[in-house]
Amino acid sequence: MQLGRVIGDVVVTRKDETLMGITLLVVQPITPDREPAGRTLVAADAVGAGVGEIVFFVRGKEASFPFYPGLPPVDAGIVGIVDHWDMG
Amino acid sequence: MLLGKVVGTVVATRKDPRLVSSKMLVVRPMDPRGKPEANYLVAVDTVDAGVGETVLVVSGSSARMASGLKDCPIDAAIVGIVDEIEVKD
Repeated sequence: MQLGRVIGDVVVTRKDETLMGITLLVVQPITPDREPAGRTLVAADAVGAGVGEIVFFVRGKEASFPFYPGLPPVDAGIVGIVDHWDMG
Repeated sequence: MLLGKVVGTVVATRKDPRLVSSKMLVVRPMDPRGKPEANYLVAVDTVDAGVGETVLVVSGSSARMASGLKDCPIDAAIVGIVDEIEVKD
């Protein structure tokens, strides 16, 4: 998983029908210092995250697992909202 | 998933039999503000997208989960046509 900040949302009306009801958010991956790290991506939201929140997300087919038994075609998914972290 | 703009179509007569009747489009990935980035890619269209439209592209093995693409040898599929992107930074 990776840390990221939710920076926006995407409205998609015409889409694969298994994506119906799934929120799509724009995520900027970040480092533990909260600096942007790499390209932004669109992720399916499985936890009710919102713009401005720090989250962790999973890449790959596993992103669809939270929506089981549905099998939406998603390759990135937000699976947790981060409260805080500590660096040793 | 990636955001991208459809910039062209691909015609291929000789191809894997599982790709017969799949529509393939050339997509230029872009950031949420519309700035083009990275390389072009070829994606199978499942939502009847057209040139000039902004689309949502799923890549990797997840692309095969798009409707009608089970067991197809593909790694990118267009699964949505984007109406609006709202970015707050």
